[in-house]
Amino acid sequence: MIGLISYLVFFTTVAAILSIAVLGLNLQWGNSGLFNGGVVAFFGAGAYTTLILGGTPQEAHLGGYQLFYPLALAGGMVAAGVMAWVVGILTLRLRHDYLAIATFGVAVAFENLMRNAEWLAGGAQGLRGFERPLHAWLGDGFTYNALFLIFVLLLLIGTYLFLQRLILSPFGRLLRAIREDEIAARSLGKNPARIRLTAFVIGSVIMGLAGGLYATFYAFISPQDVLPILTFQIWAMLIVGGAGNARGAVAGAFLIWAAWTASGWGLSRFAPVDLQLYTGSIQFVLIGLVIVGMLLWRPQGLFPEKLVVSQSGRH
Amino acid sequence: MIQHLVDGILVGSILSLGAIGLTMVMHMLRFANFSHAELLSIGAYCALVFDGVFKALYPPLGNVVGPLSLTWALTLSILISMTITAASAILIDLLVFKRVRSKGGELSMVFASFGVAMIIRNVLGLMFGLQAKLYSQDIVFAVVLSHDPLLLVKPDQIFSLVAALLIMVILHLVLAHTTFGYALRAVAENPNLSQVSGINLNRMIILIWIIGGGLAAAAGVFYGLTNQINPVLGRDLLLPIFAATIVGGIGSIYGAAMGGFLVGIASNLALLILPSGYSPAVPFLIILAVLIVRPTGFFGEERA
Amino acid sequence: MTDHALQASDITAGYLPDLPILKGVSLNAAQAKVTVIIGPNGAGKSTLIKAMAGLVKVSDGQVLLQGQDITNPRPDEMGARGVAYVPQSDNIFRSLTIRQNLELVLRRARGERAAKLEALFQQFPPLAQKRNQKAGALSGGQRQFLAVAMALAINPSVILMDEPSAGLSPKAAQEVLEHAKSLTEKGVTIVLVEQNVKQALRLADHCYILADGRNQLDGSAADLLDDPVVGQIYLGGKRVAS
Ligand SMILES: Nc1ncnc2c1ncn2[C@@H]1O[C@H](COP(=O)(O)OP(=O)(O)OP(=O)(O)O)[C@@H](O)[C@H]1O
Ligand SMILES: [Mg+2]
Repeated sequence: MIGLISYLVFFTTVAAILSIAVLGLNLQWGNSGLFNGGVVAFFGAGAYTTLILGGTPQEAHLGGYQLFYPLALAGGMVAAGVMAWVVGILTLRLRHDYLAIATFGVAVAFENLMRNAEWLAGGAQGLRGFERPLHAWLGDGFTYNALFLIFVLLLLIGTYLFLQRLILSPFGRLLRAIREDEIAARSLGKNPARIRLTAFVIGSVIMGLAGGLYATFYAFISPQDVLPILTFQIWAMLIVGGAGNARGAVAGAFLIWAAWTASGWGLSRFAPVDLQLYTGSIQFVLIGLVIVGMLLWRPQGLFPEKLVVSQSGRH
Repeated sequence: MIQHLVDGILVGSILSLGAIGLTMVMHMLRFANFSHAELLSIGAYCALVFDGVFKALYPPLGNVVGPLSLTWALTLSILISMTITAASAILIDLLVFKRVRSKGGELSMVFASFGVAMIIRNVLGLMFGLQAKLYSQDIVFAVVLSHDPLLLVKPDQIFSLVAALLIMVILHLVLAHTTFGYALRAVAENPNLSQVSGINLNRMIILIWIIGGGLAAAAGVFYGLTNQINPVLGRDLLLPIFAATIVGGIGSIYGAAMGGFLVGIASNLALLILPSGYSPAVPFLIILAVLIVRPTGFFGEERA
Repeated sequence: MTDHALQASDITAGYLPDLPILKGVSLNAAQAKVTVIIGPNGAGKSTLIKAMAGLVKVSDGQVLLQGQDITNPRPDEMGARGVAYVPQSDNIFRSLTIRQNLELVLRRARGERAAKLEALFQQFPPLAQKRNQKAGALSGGQRQFLAVAMALAINPSVILMDEPSAGLSPKAAQEVLEHAKSLTEKGVTIVLVEQNVKQALRLADHCYILADGRNQLDGSAADLLDDPVVGQIYLGGKRVAS
C-alpha cells in the first residue's frame, strides 16, 4: 500500500514537472504558432544549470557554487531563456521552417555538448554532487517526496495562472492578432518578430523551470535525460491535450506520461526476453502514431475548449 | 588535411542528393520535412533486400563490379530502390501530409513529419534489427592515392561520388533544358501563376516526391556502401542535410547541391580542431553561422 | 447560343468561407468585344476576374463560357478551354528567361512549339531581342507585354486582364491597351480591369462599374461617358473613398 502511494507520488511529481514544460510549449505553439523542435534543449539547459549552480564542488568539471536553491533554479531559467533568445533573434524574422530547424539543431548540439564536454558537466557520466534543498532536515524518505510534490504542484498552478493572465493581457491579444493576420498586425505599427521573440523566450524559460525541477527531483542529470524523445513526448502531450488549451495540456501530460510508463512496464514485463532490446522502438512507434493520428483525426485534441483560438480558422 | 577535404567531398555528395530533394519539398509544400532523411534509410534497406533477392535468384549477379565491393545485383537494386522509395514518398504524402494539408494545418505538417520520421525509423529497426549491416562482407582495401600527404580513398567512395555527380548533372539538364524543368521552377517561384499557366499542382507535388525520393534512395545506398546501414542513418544525416538547405537558401536547388558539399567539407575539416565526438554538432554551428552572416543562404534565388 | 462569350450570373465569392467579397455580381462579356470593369480600390474587380478564372471559390451563382456552365473550374484547365488570364501583379516568372516563360505555356504544343514561339516573337519584337534574358530584368512595360504574349500563346478565345496598364508610363499603357483592343479584330473576347477610367471608356465596348462587391452601374461605354454621375465621380477628378 505504502509502496503504491509512494509510486503515485513519484509518478505525479514527474507528470507535474512535464506539465510545466507542456505549458511552456503551449505558449509557443498553441498561442503563438511557434514551432519548437528542441524542447529538450531548453529543458536541459534549466536542468544542468540548476545543478551546476546549486551543487557541491566537483573535481573534474564546472559546478559547486552551492547557490541558494531558488537562485540556482532561477539561474536555470535564465540559461534556458538566453538560449531561446539567441535562437529566436536569428530565426524569427525568417520563414517559420527556420525556427523549426534551428531549434532541432540546438537540441542535437546541446546533447552532444553535454555528452562530450567532461570539463563542463561531467560528460556521459552526468552531473552529480547535488544535494536536494532542505535535505538535511527532511531526509530522503516519503516525507521529502510528498513535500517536493506539493512544491512542484504549487509551481504548476503558479505557471498556469501566470500564463492565463498573460494570454488575457494586451500582450496576449497581440499574440493572437499576429497569429491570425501578421500583415495587419504589422500595419498597426507592431513589430511581430519582437512579440514572437518575447513569447518564445517566456515559453523556453518555463521549460527551463521544468528542467530545473526535474534535475532537483533526481539530484542528477545526464545526457540520457536530454534525448530527443523527450521533445516528442512533450509534443504528444500538447497535441493530445489540445494546442491552445492550457488545462487540456496538463491533462494531456498526465495521460501521455501514464501511457508511456504503462507501456514501458507492460513491454518490459510481457515481451519475450530476446525482444526486450526492441521495447524502446515499439514505444517510439506508438508515440509517432499518437502524434500523426491526432493530427489526422482529432487536431483539436482530446479536450477541446469552448473558446478555441482555432487553427483551421484561416482556411 | 587533404584527407579530410577529400572525405568531406565524398560525404558532401551524399548530403547534396538528400538536400536537393528536401529543399524542393520544403519550397513547394512550405514545411520543414523532418522525415526526409528517413527516405535515405528506406532506400538503403530496400537496396539491401533486393541485393539479397537478386543474388539468390541468379548467383552470377553476386560478382563484384571491377575493383568495387559493389555487385551487379546491388547496381540493379539501386534503381529498384529509387523507384520504391519514390513510391513510398508518394504514399506517405497521400496517407499523411496531403490530409493534414487539406485540413489547412500548414504548420502542423512539421509535427506530422516528426511523427512520420519516428514511425519509419523504428519500424525499420524492428524489421531489420538495431545492429549495423553491410552490403558486402568483403574487405575492400583503400587505394593509396598519395603517400605524402597520406591520402587514402576506397574505390566505392569514388564510385559513389561519380554516380552522385552524374545524377546531379542529369537533374541539372532536366531543370535547365526541358519544359518540365521550367514548370518545376515556375511552381517554386509562383504556384498561383503556374496554375494559371496550365500546370497541375497536384501532379507537380507527386513529381517532386518522385525526384526527392529517388535522390534520397541513391544517397542512402551510397552512404551504406561507403559506411554502414543502420536504422538511425536517417536521424544522423538529418541535421547535415538541413544545414545544406540553409547554406544554399531554402528553395534553391543549386544552392542545396553546393550546400551539401560545403557542409560535408566543413564538417570534416572541423575534425582538425575538434575531437571527433563533436562532429554531430558541427552542422548546427554551420546553421548558426549562416543565419548570422546571410540568413537567406548563399545561393538564394529570387522568390515570390 | 448567345453572343456572350463569358458570363457571370449573380455570383457570390470570396477568400474565406464566411466572408464573401462579391455579393451577387453579374457580368456579360460579348463575343469579340472589349468589356471593361472599373471601380474603386477594393471593390472586388480582381476578385471577380479570379472567380471566373477558377482561382477564387464561387459559393453561389454561375460562370458560363459560351453558354456552358464552368463554375469553379480548375485553374490549370482554363487554358485548354480557351480562357487566358493575366494577373494584376506577379504575372511572369522572373527566374525564367523570356523564352522559357513562353515555352512553358507552349509545352503542350510539342511539334509546333518552335513555330509558335517565332510567331509570338514577331508580334513582340522587343521581347525577341531579349529572349534569353531573365524575365525579372525586363522593364514594366515589357513585362506586361510578356504577360500578354504568354496569354496569347495558347490561342485563347477569351482573355481576362487585370490592370495591364498599372504602373506603366502613359505611352506604354496606351500601347498595351491598344494591343488588347486590336485582338478583338481576330475574334478574341477581352475582359479588362482598368484604373484609368477615361482611357478605359475610350477603348471599351461595354463597361461595368463595381463598388463594394456589387454591380453599381453598367452600360455601353458611350452611354457611361455621357452619364452625369459617372462623369462627376470617375472623370471629374473626385474619387470615391476606398
Ligand atoms: N488573398 C486575399 N485574401 C483575403 N482577402 C483578400 C485577398 N485578396 C483581396 N482580398 C480582399 O478582397 C477585397 C477586394 O479585393 P480586390 O483585389 O478584388 O479589389 P480590386 O477591386 O481589385 O482593388 P484594386 O483596385 O486595389 O486592385 C478587398 O477588401 C481585399 O482586402
Ligand atoms: Mg485589383
